[in-house]
Amino acid sequence: MLLRHTKPDVMERTALTINPAKTCQPIGAMYAAFGIRGCMPHSHGSQGCCAYHRSALTRHYKEPVSATTSSFTEGSSVFGGQANLLSAIENIFTIYNPDVIAVHTTCLSETIGDDIPQIADKAAKEGKVPSGKHIIHCNTPSYVGSHVTGFAGMVKAMVHYFAQSTGKRNGSVNIIPGWVEPSDMEEIKRLAGLMGIKSTLFPDTSGVLNGPLTGEYRMFPDAGTPVSALQAAGDAVGTLALGEWASAEAARLLDSKCKVPCKVLDLPIGLAATDRFIDTLRTVAGTTVPDSVEFERGQLVDVISDYHQWLYGKKVALVGDPDQLIALTEFLVSLDMQPIHIVSGTPGKRFEARIKEITESLGRPVNVRCGANADMFLLHQWMLNEPVDLIIGNTYCKYMARDLDVPLVRHGFPILDRPGHQYFPTVGYKGAMRLLEKILSALLDRKDRDDPEETFELVI
Amino acid sequence: MSVIKKKSGALPDPEKVKSEILAKYPPKVARKRAKQIVTTAPDMETPPEIMANVRTIPGIMTMRGCTYAGCKGVILGPTRDIVNITHGPIGCGFYSWLTRRNQTRPATPESENFMTYCFSTDMQDENIIFGGEKKLRAAIQEAYDLFRPKAIAVFSTCPVGLIGDDVHAISREMKEKLGINVFAFSCEGYKGVSQSAGHHIANNQIFTHVVGKDDTAPEGRFRITMLGEYNIGGDAFEIERLLEKCGITLVATFSGNSTYDQFARAHTADLCTVMCHRSINYVADMLETKYGIPWIKVNFIGAKATAKSLRRIAAYFEDKELIDRVERVIAEEMPAVEAAREAVLPRTTGKTAMLFVGGSRAHHYQELFKEMGMKTLSAGYEFGHRDDYEGRRVIPDIKVDADSRNIEEIEVSADEKRFRARKTGEQLRRLESEGVSFKEYEGLMADMKDNPAAVIDDLNQYEAEKLVEAYRPDIFCAGIKEKFSIQKLGIPMKQLHSYDSGGPYAGFTGAVNFYKEIDRLVNSKVFAYAKAPWQKNPELSATYVWE
Ligand code: SF4
Ligand code: SF4
Repeated sequence: MLLRHTKPDVMERTALTINPAKTCQPIGAMYAAFGIRGCMPHSHGSQGCCAYHRSALTRHYKEPVSATTSSFTEGSSVFGGQANLLSAIENIFTIYNPDVIAVHTTCLSETIGDDIPQIADKAAKEGKVPSGKHIIHCNTPSYVGSHVTGFAGMVKAMVHYFAQSTGKRNGSVNIIPGWVEPSDMEEIKRLAGLMGIKSTLFPDTSGVLNGPLTGEYRMFPDAGTPVSALQAAGDAVGTLALGEWASAEAARLLDSKCKVPCKVLDLPIGLAATDRFIDTLRTVAGTTVPDSVEFERGQLVDVISDYHQWLYGKKVALVGDPDQLIALTEFLVSLDMQPIHIVSGTPGKRFEARIKEITESLGRPVNVRCGANADMFLLHQWMLNEPVDLIIGNTYCKYMARDLDVPLVRHGFPILDRPGHQYFPTVGYKGAMRLLEKILSALLDRKDRDDPEETFELVI
Repeated sequence: MSVIKKKSGALPDPEKVKSEILAKYPPKVARKRAKQIVTTAPDMETPPEIMANVRTIPGIMTMRGCTYAGCKGVILGPTRDIVNITHGPIGCGFYSWLTRRNQTRPATPESENFMTYCFSTDMQDENIIFGGEKKLRAAIQEAYDLFRPKAIAVFSTCPVGLIGDDVHAISREMKEKLGINVFAFSCEGYKGVSQSAGHHIANNQIFTHVVGKDDTAPEGRFRITMLGEYNIGGDAFEIERLLEKCGITLVATFSGNSTYDQFARAHTADLCTVMCHRSINYVADMLETKYGIPWIKVNFIGAKATAKSLRRIAAYFEDKELIDRVERVIAEEMPAVEAAREAVLPRTTGKTAMLFVGGSRAHHYQELFKEMGMKTLSAGYEFGHRDDYEGRRVIPDIKVDADSRNIEEIEVSADEKRFRARKTGEQLRRLESEGVSFKEYEGLMADMKDNPAAVIDDLNQYEAEKLVEAYRPDIFCAGIKEKFSIQKLGIPMKQLHSYDSGGPYAGFTGAVNFYKEIDRLVNSKVFAYAKAPWQKNPELSATYVWE
């Protein structure tokens, strides 16, 4: 019993978070920055934060995560971090030679109140920024939001610093994919490609955080959204923002800054959300959906019908990020499963309402909580009170899964102990098929384990 | 890297490698790094001076973490029955939520074990603006109501230090109110220059608030403590097994597989043994001053080192029965080790390694490599101080700079009731003359005279890459952040902070595990796949013809 001290009586807590369902903003900003080609994420604060964020991302992606830090010491926290950032900028351009430095703050530099644009300006005036190179920034105090809002902040910074409008539309559609895996970004590009649509995806971490082993190490691989594409985003015909939490802000800024109209959709996870994504893409780009995409869709529906029996009525507990959870919950409901305990550490008023809306057809109460006082301890307690058949969430769920003896499908961030998420998508129809496969395998493996011998079945 | 490319097996001159590395840096950075990269030579009498424990250069991709990580993660992390509350925004607590780095084994299924939990005050905006003391107080109360632990510890993160929450006063207040031990650590990440400061803060507080609270000595004639052992990958379990087999009683481990009660009784031991010199040597000194317990440096990494350490412990107690028993245990354990060693030797002899880890590990693991006929080409510490490199004799010469000054040093004196000199001065001198040296550590460089490359403090990613390019070691050892950039270069990489979920590597069983693991890595086929057949031979010399 790894979590032996978790007891079922729920006591309302006001101050103590136990087993958080989120982490802090800077790590999201760091992840997003990897989606820019030739970009060095820079953490302005003490080196510990950067070390932690690099370690966590490394453990999740099993890839080099190269990011720098201002390495504050006591002095910097008293006198401000300007001197540290100035020398960091000089060192980074000299030693690593990136095209862009993407600075994010930590709770320390935020509390001190360091003004990043002013420092970056000073660096430029002092000749520390080689010509053609850029410094962008976003503010990511960790006592606000979560890793998801930090991600959103850096995506917004990409628009803020780069997007320009020349007044001439370039016929391209911007897609802001949200906090998804490199494999998902790849899949979104593939779908747009199948539809013959010219698109710019940003950020785009495919090829950056799921790279090959070649005997060479390239700190900046030929992947990620190039600065030129980010600049051209201001001339696109429209923007699809996938996910209200991770992508909407950037899309709205692009709309107000460059008059690129936007639509905010859910992450294309599961049948209905993917349908909406494809349909919208078709409409904004003025194309038709090709047979190949319809074929994939049909395959997904086929799998659902083949295996519906094993999904029907199964109770599920979920933990993760809001954009992910909204789409996942909708998918589960559409499979006639029962997502009944749902927790996200990321705050946001609309979350609980949306989940309630999606799960209304279940005709039963659903536990849902988000924000600072939602954590996995609470989720565990809910499960002790009403058991589930399946847990979907990040690797930390494995403690609960083991103690409760419930199958777990790993999804979200971080996944530290299983491969696949970097390489195989869960978005789109193909992604939905993979998710289904994982869910069914978990449930059926469990059934095979538990069935008495006389019902142990060869054909399912 | 043209100058230093390896020619026909000869290793490049380390001084040349060094200057190539430095050439890329802005002058100020180069000047500083030049003092942190030194070369050793077989004929050196005393090791050269190295600059260590100084600030990391901003913008340099350092391997280091922070004070909080050293305090909460390293020292308190492996203690299972204290509820550790991180006071700060959520991130710090989240990241120090343990993975399998430290293991623990509660006595019964019901025993307290909080290691898999992560507790945080998850500070929000308003707590930063109006102060977080109220929230901390409430969090301690909630933790108490839910778990009824015997102790609660509070860890400050960067913003807490800035806004000035008095974590110590609140802990005192809650200790009073709840009747359990509550104590706090001012281990804000910006203090000090690395994890090392955090170890210091943690150890000082454990020493002040816990050690000496329980005078009941566990049974046993030969009672020792194990300091600086963190039960990474189950190392402590192996050491515990060995000590038990030898009839030696382990009073407390600081801090692997440890408990609150162990800390509280630590002063009842008769000998302290120090594994990781860096993280804890000062605690050994304090235990000696306050309670009269002498200390010796030991090393349980490597079969020979383990045998040597067991013999030194036995020698200290000057008991024939114990000495014989230790010999019997060694004789019993060694055949399996020798068999495993011989099995791998043909495949590992002559291979090379590089080691860049924490405190003493970059030194200790060289023993294991030596046993496999492997040479360590280059090594350094992530957060060592000069004494860890050059030996304790330099301690008096180490300059105290601003960053070390703000880490509290505690003054201890002999405890009136509990001080008991375990050995007379005469006994100590006799033991010394028989080879049991007390309070002694020669440092890493003494053992690296014959190694052809540099000793580097606070290595960074760029330098690691250059070193690997120049020397192409057969294996590189560091932490998770370094793992994949090294592997992309086609060199296997072994983590020595968390063991990549391997281990234990301590003691005799550990040595066997390590031999097998390194054999697997340095002889792995995987890295040969990096190039596709057509990349190895791009010239099109013939074509297949389909008929
Ligand atoms: S919560 Fe703040 S201090 Fe902690 S890791 Fe995140 S940014 Fe750093
Ligand atoms: S050597 Fe050690 S790795 Fe490293 S733990 Fe000491 S303190 Fe840490």
